[in-house]
Amino acid sequence: MTSTAVLVTVPIILPLLVAGITFLLSPFPSAQQALGVTVLGAVLIDAILLLVRVDSAGPQAVRVGGWSPTLGITLVADRFCALVLLVAVTVCLVVLLYAIGQGIAERYVENAPSIFHPTYLVLLAGIALVFLTGDLFTLFVGLEVMLMASYVLITLGATRERVRSGMTYIICSLVASITLLTAIGLTYAATGTVNLARLSLATPHLAEGTRTLLGALLLVALGIKAALVPLHWWLPDSYPTAPAPVTAIFAALLTKVAIYAIARTQTLLFPHQGPSTTLLLIAAATMLIGIAGALVQDDLNRSLSFALVSHIGFMLFGIGLWSVAGLTGTLLYLVHHITVQTALFLVSGLVERERGTVSLSRLGGVAVTTPALAALFLIPALSLSGVPPLAGFVGKLALLQAAVAPAGATRADAIGDAGAFGADANRLTPLVLTAVAILLLTSLLTLAAMTRIWMTVFWGEPAIPVPDQRPDDAVTVGTALPARLMWLATTLAILISLTVAATAGPLSAFSQRAAVDLTDHDTYRNTVLRNPASHTEETP
Amino acid sequence: MNAANLTLSLVIGVLFGGGTYLITQRALLRVILGFTLLGHAANLILLLAGGPAGPAPDAAHIPPDDPPRTADPLPQALALTAVVITFAVTALLLALAHRGVVLNGDDEVPDDVEDRQLGRRPMRERELETGEEDL
Repeated sequence: MTSTAVLVTVPIILPLLVAGITFLLSPFPSAQQALGVTVLGAVLIDAILLLVRVDSAGPQAVRVGGWSPTLGITLVADRFCALVLLVAVTVCLVVLLYAIGQGIAERYVENAPSIFHPTYLVLLAGIALVFLTGDLFTLFVGLEVMLMASYVLITLGATRERVRSGMTYIICSLVASITLLTAIGLTYAATGTVNLARLSLATPHLAEGTRTLLGALLLVALGIKAALVPLHWWLPDSYPTAPAPVTAIFAALLTKVAIYAIARTQTLLFPHQGPSTTLLLIAAATMLIGIAGALVQDDLNRSLSFALVSHIGFMLFGIGLWSVAGLTGTLLYLVHHITVQTALFLVSGLVERERGTVSLSRLGGVAVTTPALAALFLIPALSLSGVPPLAGFVGKLALLQAAVAPAGATRADAIGDAGAFGADANRLTPLVLTAVAILLLTSLLTLAAMTRIWMTVFWGEPAIPVPDQRPDDAVTVGTALPARLMWLATTLAILISLTVAATAGPLSAFSQRAAVDLTDHDTYRNTVLRNPASHTEETP
Repeated sequence: MNAANLTLSLVIGVLFGGGTYLITQRALLRVILGFTLLGHAANLILLLAGGPAGPAPDAAHIPPDDPPRTADPLPQALALTAVVITFAVTALLLALAHRGVVLNGDDEVPDDVEDRQLGRRPMRERELETGEEDL
């Protein structure tokens, strides 16, 4: 087994293995906590090593069990997935600390085993599998593993409210899963393979109608999971009722996983020239309708959930531009948004712990009662609105530059598959201009939405805290419980998002290399399909 | 490429239709049944994608002089995986439906409270306005 094989499989295998062990350890909460944090730390180190490896040595493919790509599962790691994996694991670790601090992790209801830690690890394994997989069906399996864990987490404690929102969430996810499975079946019928590298060879030879149908089916299936307008209605309905760390990790990662899958499948399997009308239209609608929802909601978490939907549109905008610069912007925005959205939901959890509610009409004057909390909210809120020099500004600038810069100016020289992403003369069509205008408007409205939250929650006369029915129950609110580790984890999340801004230079350069990876289909295919006998430099 | 099996295609169509109808119902048990039908339809598509039936693809048992067309093993493996996943999800949904019955006395998917409040807001405002006019 090569060292690359170890690096690529550890993020999937290790959490799954340890999930089983933590399940057995459920009578010993502190052992569960220690094991969970240790494993996430180990996966974090692994993700860093993997990132360094793929940045120096290019994309890496691992054939699981030694089967050829025609029959077996191939795992592929390139710069794009290594960076997203690293950010995802970092955020998972921070949120796990927060969850331990909140105390939802070790509740032991009616002798039922404590399931938070095992489920959380399974969630991470599913996410890692989606990032690292090299075939469409394993992508489906990874999504299902991730969703199965999320079904359990969103109904944690099984209160009336959570069962209600859990039903909405599960049924919508199932419709998406069945659509994805149907798309995979039809893809196999049309091409005879589910391996992404082999599919990228086969799709250009399909009939126009067949290719459009498969592309649309995949986009709809993944679009439900990514909460693209008009397929987003389930998200603001279901996320807010879960415990704060669960909402945070869902908001940070689940939709982004789908965006990652959309970026991967659309660029690899359905390449075309110039900006994509469909994707840009969906992106514009997502941005506007999402932020409009954020402006009217009377619940902090719901408002943030709508803002989340809105900013999914920013990432799709970058994909829709269909250029290396656009994908660079998407990746930068993805990294920024994962960290910032986590921080915002964690702050919202702290507000609930301090004041007993997240209803905007019953909150007020938090800046007077808890000034530190106001400071913790302000940084990610400004970052989300794109105020310089925070991380959101970096991502938005990259997206705007990608849209308005003349073709080729921001593009790397080393584009392998020039045919797929050809040098189009002028990409500044009216549609792109409209989308840019909507992007700027949405940024402004995001600032308005954040200001609204700031005015009602943090400024004004301090409102009376809402009395907690069961102050000792960590799964609901638990106002009587200590929150030191929650504060620490929230600060950590904000520091990470500040790090993203501070390292914007190297990160942009890296994102550009990653975007080139994503468009360089020849290297991808060679990595996956070449005979492993020809590159045996590390095989024992 | 062989033509697709008409009977199977029709069965898939009927399953998709029935499943879609059931999944739009209010009662969770019907939704679960609808999901089961949809799952069967998707699995049959996977199976159909593998082409016509044939002998097992075992090299040792195929006469080398006259190799008959063997069945494609890959879609069967995919369908098997998908069956396991749909089974697990169905079990979870049934548990959730049971929990819903314990909590609410029925397994209907209720409306979202916040949605209804937001929906009623314009109506309330109009009522207030007309109320002021009456005064």
